[in-house]
Amino acid sequence: MTRTVRFVMFAVAGGAVAAMLLLGVLDLPHFGSSLHPYRDAAVPAAVAHATSNVISSVNFDLRGLDTLGEETIFLTSVIGVAALLRPAEDEDERTPPRGGRLLDMTRLFGYVFLPVTLAIGFITVAHGALTPGGGFQGGVVLGTGIHLLYVAGSYHAIEKVRPVEVLEYGESIGAAAFACFGIAGALVAASFLGNILPLGTFGELFSSGSVLYLSCAVGVEVASGVIVLLAQFLHQAIEVESDVEAANA
Amino acid sequence: MTYYAYIVAVFVLLTGVFGIVRSRNLIHTVVCLSVAQSGTYVLLLAVGYQRGVSPPVFGSPPVKPSTSVTDPLVQALTLTDIVVSATVTALLLAIAVQVHKRHGTVDPNELVALEG
Repeated sequence: MTRTVRFVMFAVAGGAVAAMLLLGVLDLPHFGSSLHPYRDAAVPAAVAHATSNVISSVNFDLRGLDTLGEETIFLTSVIGVAALLRPAEDEDERTPPRGGRLLDMTRLFGYVFLPVTLAIGFITVAHGALTPGGGFQGGVVLGTGIHLLYVAGSYHAIEKVRPVEVLEYGESIGAAAFACFGIAGALVAASFLGNILPLGTFGELFSSGSVLYLSCAVGVEVASGVIVLLAQFLHQAIEVESDVEAANA
Repeated sequence: MTYYAYIVAVFVLLTGVFGIVRSRNLIHTVVCLSVAQSGTYVLLLAVGYQRGVSPPVFGSPPVKPSTSVTDPLVQALTLTDIVVSATVTALLLAIAVQVHKRHGTVDPNELVALEG
């Protein structure tokens, strides 16, 4: 298919999609209006379960099943990337080069912000039920934050602190813990992922029942998963030498 | 103005799709898909917005809970959306790496035939 044909097809199909979407949008409640039936149902439900962060309550308590699906998607995609990026038979692994130039400011900022970023990651995971944040957000902060060591230090430094084999288990354990919470809820509270733990006082750290623990399980999974994921890409870029590159070298 | 945010969402979606159509590089294609998906974040957040109210997070120590907050359900959906977008991007980038290895090109126009 030539580019011209493709552009014409896009113009027709895109125009039709735009027209239908705009027609649909015109029937929506006005932007910024006060009509939010789901909000009116979700907020009292979250408050009844002593969860300050209603979004976390939706994710980990009211609709925990969706989050189980979501983290399964994440787990599957990490496995998929690992399978796609494994070194092929005709590829050689090379020792990553040492040294390279690095600005002093980059190194300084990297090492200053490494502990700060990790602390923010832990806080975001642990306070997921109270303040904006939760397992997914904090997990990504933790998983990417540790790569400041690569930016400010070296590939050898990040390789030492990142036991990929252990983290692969960490990822599965996080996902399994979530599922176990679900089964425990089904046995005790007669609903999958039912909130079975003591609810505590609204607004305190150990409130909201299982939301805190589910948030931590997701945090472990996402942090491990992001590190494993980035390890595959870094390994691919730095350590794998293809035939093409070897021939050019 | 009452539909402005929704129209922005439609515009961002179609801009992303247009980028995919005119793409000459698979990495560019993957980024354009992320742009298209960003339109859905704008749509979801716009649906849940209400003028002059606070976010649906009561914090610690908590403020007095009330229902005059923005819609938490669509915000939770947006979070799911972002996670799915990130995982799809990772998977597609890995496929792009493999395509480059097997075919020696990342231009989708040069990938004419599927190989088993």
